[in-house]
Amino acid sequence: MQTTDYTPLILSLKVAGISTVIVFIAGAFFAHLFARKQFFGKSILESLFLLPLVLPPTVVGFGLLILFGKKGWIGSWLLEWFDVQVVFTWIGAVIASIVVSFPLMYQSASAAFQNLDARLENAARTMGASEWKVFRTITFPLAWPGLLAGLVLSFARGLGEFGATLMLAGYIPGKTDTIPMAIYFAVESGNMEKATFWVVMIVALGFSTILWLNWWSRRSVQRYRNEQL
Amino acid sequence: MLEVHIKKELAHFAMDVHLQATDEILVLVGPSGSGKTTILNVIAGLDNPDEGSVRLNDQHYFQGKGKSLPPQKRDVGYLFQDYALFPHMTVQKNIYYGIKDKKDKAAIVRIEQLVDVLGIGHLTAKYPHQISGGEKQRVALARALATEPAVLLLDEPLSALDRETRLECQDELLRIHQMWKIPFIIVTHDMDEAEKLGDTLLFLKKGIVDKVMQNKVPVHL
Repeated sequence: MQTTDYTPLILSLKVAGISTVIVFIAGAFFAHLFARKQFFGKSILESLFLLPLVLPPTVVGFGLLILFGKKGWIGSWLLEWFDVQVVFTWIGAVIASIVVSFPLMYQSASAAFQNLDARLENAARTMGASEWKVFRTITFPLAWPGLLAGLVLSFARGLGEFGATLMLAGYIPGKTDTIPMAIYFAVESGNMEKATFWVVMIVALGFSTILWLNWWSRRSVQRYRNEQL
Repeated sequence: MLEVHIKKELAHFAMDVHLQATDEILVLVGPSGSGKTTILNVIAGLDNPDEGSVRLNDQHYFQGKGKSLPPQKRDVGYLFQDYALFPHMTVQKNIYYGIKDKKDKAAIVRIEQLVDVLGIGHLTAKYPHQISGGEKQRVALARALATEPAVLLLDEPLSALDRETRLECQDELLRIHQMWKIPFIIVTHDMDEAEKLGDTLLFLKKGIVDKVMQNKVPVHL
């Protein structure tokens, strides 16, 4: 009997995990920065943030290739200064995953911060709390359900990323073969048994993630509902 | 003594208000949208006038056209409309939020006395959603006074309460004011409440003081 190679699972979890941490911090940071500020160019910047959500993944991948390729703006710089190559490596898969999941995190975090009653933060300020203390003790804990939703969705999106990853990281068994990649190339080579195995695996992962998120958000909504009375 | 002069362009009118308060209860009366809450926000430093001054004793909070002391550095307590209690903290944590050194004995004694006077000692382990409107009002009052402010601002402090609780809380506010002897600035649109609580009543209309009453006698502007 053929033993299963679990590299795609481990690689997928690694790529989605690293990308989620970066996306969570960057998404929450920008969403908080922009939540209550109006400035010239804000809507243009926000549209740019959300663009990967509506573009075909191949277009995102193409853009990333232009930027991160050996002769790309960022790619050539990375190669020259840090001797790091992004294309055809798992780092490329992380970058693709960051770009496609950032809009989900940004949107969830934005909604969470904007729905927060500004008076709560102001009440803390009038009691002498520094801006950092206000964020740490009021803003962050109260926005947490929304931030968590963004985090989980970003992770799920990162797990499922295919198009942009294929363009930037390619398919190199043992190096860049995440689960979606493994499924596509298993089908291509007629190995339906292997493809089915990974399909079941990723459906189970995605389903349990969303199931957990639903259960969790219902619980937290109930906890805060009495507040509105 | 608190002295305030605010000039500010608002959406529907230009505000131009002068007010001063010693250790009395000053009530701002007026229809909604007349700029009452804006005045409180300017005093607390949550909003800035286009021009004017906010001075408490010899401390300048705002002067001229832009130099503003942040709310954190102002000696101002603020009881928000609907109280703005932190929903994820117990009553105890809400009240102690502004105390930097949680072992400060003077602060502990002061707060325990406040909690005692307001009769909220049995609520300290509860969360805001577990207590009634009147209790929330008392907790918010204790929280605003816990940091020992030199001025207390109250935005519609009793409007969310039923009539009976409201009357009870009015008496309590008067009692607390007697004890603290600092300027209280109360915003309300309820005339009876204004007359019962206020030493001085300022009637606002579209950002301008329309009428002043002191100890129930009209004062000429």
